[in-house]
Amino acid sequence: MSWGFLRDLLSGVNKYSTGIGRIWIAIVFIFRLLVYVVAAENVWKYEHDEFECNTKQPGCENVCFDRFFPVSQIRLWALQLILVSTPSLLVAFHVAYRENREKRHNQKLYRSPGEIDGGLLCTYLVSLVLKTGFEIVFLFLFYKLYNGFKVPRLVKCDMRPCPNAVDCYISKPTEKMIFLCFLVATSGVCIVLNVSELSYLICKYSIKCYLKMFSKKQQ
Amino acid sequence: MDWGALQTILGGVNKHSTSIGKIWLTVLFIFRIMILVVAAERVWGDEQDDFICNTLQPGCKNVCYDHFFPISHIRLWALQLIFVSTPALLVAMHVAYRRHEKKRQFRKGDQKCEYKDIEEIRAQRFRIEGTLWWTYTSSIFFRLIFEAVFMYAFYFMYDGFRMPRLMKCSAWPCPNTVDCFVSRPTEKTVFTIFMIAVSSICIMLNVAELCYLLVKFFLKRSRKAGNPKHHPNHETKEETKQNEMNELISDSCQNTVTGFSS
Repeated sequence: MSWGFLRDLLSGVNKYSTGIGRIWIAIVFIFRLLVYVVAAENVWKYEHDEFECNTKQPGCENVCFDRFFPVSQIRLWALQLILVSTPSLLVAFHVAYRENREKRHNQKLYRSPGEIDGGLLCTYLVSLVLKTGFEIVFLFLFYKLYNGFKVPRLVKCDMRPCPNAVDCYISKPTEKMIFLCFLVATSGVCIVLNVSELSYLICKYSIKCYLKMFSKKQQ
Repeated sequence: MDWGALQTILGGVNKHSTSIGKIWLTVLFIFRIMILVVAAERVWGDEQDDFICNTLQPGCKNVCYDHFFPISHIRLWALQLIFVSTPALLVAMHVAYRRHEKKRQFRKGDQKCEYKDIEEIRAQRFRIEGTLWWTYTSSIFFRLIFEAVFMYAFYFMYDGFRMPRLMKCSAWPCPNTVDCFVSRPTEKTVFTIFMIAVSSICIMLNVAELCYLLVKFFLKRSRKAGNPKHHPNHETKEETKQNEMNELISDSCQNTVTGFSS
């Protein structure tokens, strides 16, 4: 069980997505998942070992690290990737349900089980709203937990058992900040794509509905 | 999910690129991605642990390391490889869009549509002309831009491509100017020079491919302009070759899309 599972899941959903949805999947694969696995993970690999405080007091480093990093940035990043990708499962489940229904009744109930219309449209819109929601929640969490997206070189810690306000040094702060900026930028792009896809689908189907009603009235 | 996934996505492009494009992809896979994974990552593996400063002052090593290495070589190369590989997806997306349009026409029952079924559309090879030619050329152009930007970033951040043995650091909290020693400087210099050399080769290949496409395009145009009575069904040998090349390129896009969606 690893990131390959998420990749397979998203590849499966690719078939039922709109054009914008496929661009979103490509961005998540390449600029978020791949960058996370091949580069970002290694930057945070030894973050605890390399976190150094100017004191010999045992336990002070542990306590200070825990105070400044309640959840490591890299773990938040991983959770964000997982939660942002899973709403697509709703669409896959709905399509599977439609296909099962057709099999059970042994007749063609839908023009195409994967076509986005009717109930599947609602499910698709809900998944888009959830994806956008998760992205915003995680960006807000990052901002709140770490006071912005900057990673300072030095933090001052005065928690027990540290004897006084002790200087603690974070390892590779510049590199971590570069990757966090990259994360924020790609999240932003994904939010824009989700919102555009949402608007596009709502406009398209509203116009379709309106035209149907208009032609019925004419008849 | 790792470099293998990127290789699968780009593998589809390989089958149907131009000859220069195939060489470029081979160089990318073997001399850049593979070297990065099997060799370079090990060389930089212990970079911070073995970065030693001549001081006992806690925090001085961290701060000096951060000052001299704002972003590690290995991460910069990984980002460069990802950015340089992705323009090929533009072409794949354009082909997928064209195919989608043809399918829509077919479903509407458009009489202009000459296909008998959806499978024929899937197997259809699109000619690289019009907007698709522009997409293909833009993808090569973007590759060039990304290569150049990353090479410049490297040169700018590390003051050249040499890794010094010793660096003098006086950032706070270091008490004075402290000597810091980089681990494996010669090996790192060798790999840096190797990666820069291979990047330069890739830039030259991209420039050659761009020139080749432009020359072919202008030759075709001048031939069309100079031969207005040219019968549309009669192709010269060169045009047949061009068409085959275009079909092969468009096939690559088809396979990229298939590979990407599977």
